[in-house]
Amino acid sequence: MNALWQYFRDDQSEILGWLRTTLWLAAAPVVVGLLISLPIGWAASRFRWSYPPLVTIAGLLYTIPSIVLFLVLPGILGTGILDPVNVAVALTIYCVALLVRVVADGLSSVSDATLAAASAMGYTNRQRLFAVQLPLAVPVIGAGLRVAAVSNVSLVAVASTLGVAQLGSLFTTGYNATKHGSTPILLGLVLFIVVALAFDGAILLGLRVLTPWRRAVAAR
Amino acid sequence: MTAFADGSGLPGIGLVPGWLTTAAHWWGPHGLLVSLREHVVYTVVAVLVAALIALPAGLVIGHTGRGVVLVVGLANAVRAVPAFGLLLLLVVTITPKIKYTHAVSWLVSTGGVPYVVPVEIVLVILAIPPILTNTYAGVQNVDPAVRDAATGMGMRGGQVLRGVELPIALPLILSGVRSAVLQVIATATIAAYLPFLGGLGYLIFNGLPQINDPNVGYPAMLGAGIVVAALAVTADLLLLGVQRVVVSRGVSQRFRTGVAYDPNEITKRVGVSPANA
Repeated sequence: MNALWQYFRDDQSEILGWLRTTLWLAAAPVVVGLLISLPIGWAASRFRWSYPPLVTIAGLLYTIPSIVLFLVLPGILGTGILDPVNVAVALTIYCVALLVRVVADGLSSVSDATLAAASAMGYTNRQRLFAVQLPLAVPVIGAGLRVAAVSNVSLVAVASTLGVAQLGSLFTTGYNATKHGSTPILLGLVLFIVVALAFDGAILLGLRVLTPWRRAVAAR
Repeated sequence: MTAFADGSGLPGIGLVPGWLTTAAHWWGPHGLLVSLREHVVYTVVAVLVAALIALPAGLVIGHTGRGVVLVVGLANAVRAVPAFGLLLLLVVTITPKIKYTHAVSWLVSTGGVPYVVPVEIVLVILAIPPILTNTYAGVQNVDPAVRDAATGMGMRGGQVLRGVELPIALPLILSGVRSAVLQVIATATIAAYLPFLGGLGYLIFNGLPQINDPNVGYPAMLGAGIVVAALAVTADLLLLGVQRVVVSRGVSQRFRTGVAYDPNEITKRVGVSPANA
């Protein structure tokens, strides 16, 4: 533990920079991915015929290995191979692939009786979607979001095989310069796990705030 | 000539079809065919070892209901650990301790054993959670009434597991194997980051320092990447086919048209809803 701390202090500015890149690369795709999958997932749940093709396409996207996307995107986007933007876009694609199904299933899981009751109380379709159906789908969407966020963090590390500078660079540094032994690699693993846990915790906290009725039921 | 002249990005995506259809890039010591074979061998070894560990463990956990918390925690923990970091940690710590350097003809060339061991360990660690969680979930989801009926007919614990719980859990188990295979195929690419090892990642890491070369640079990297993706999709479809053959029709409810049946009645009888069959 001491050796890890020592190594961290010696290279503090560089490691903190990598940490910032990693946080950004892991967080932005989840947020953007969620914003993209909400309307697509809604369409898949609203129009039944569109569910099988949308979910199949999403599933196919998920079978593309990440390193392949990291390589294809520079050719399509015109970015450099080491540009972190490739990683951000690739991870966004994975998030959408994972979340479209989750959003559709979450919205479909709200019971028809609940929706009918909302309509009977005078909610318009739009009001009903945002005030009743979407909030009730939050637990399901949130569970999917946790999976997406945590796997995203470890996917960021794959980008270091190509040399994109982020916390994964600790792995390549440790492998290439053996004078520090396994310290940089261990430090990288610890930081990656801490980042994953932090994202997971943040989403859990958000879920708690967004679903106050669950605690009300539990307290009764 | 000017395909690579663009200063910014990496044009040359248009060269990929030509690269993939050049025979010389398929044959040869580091051609696509050799790399593909190595990739498949790394994958099959890892998934087989993982299944040998995860299947019995998952069946026992699902049957007894013990250790579920441990398994869920372990699966989540593994998801958070970056495979590449774990691999390099193992290479730095255990590779120097492995003294066996002979070639293993079907697996690695001379000197490769100390490096292929950490690769397989990482791939096995990645493949265990999906198989393990799906196996125990599949067994646990079996309708208790079905289990009771089997016991009532005089079947013993092991017989219930083999004759009732396993066949009903099979679709879920196989979908776990499929996601394990997908993950292992994707991750086996990083094996070639290490010396003496190959796989389709070889063409990717070999091209990286000479990315502007039209033969071994970006087109080769992308070509190999496309073959990885194609391998992933092919393996998935193949396993889907296996699933159709080995899963009992009473469970999957795939009957010849014209046979009258009530899906809900069958669902009640075998305890599997159409959604996870």
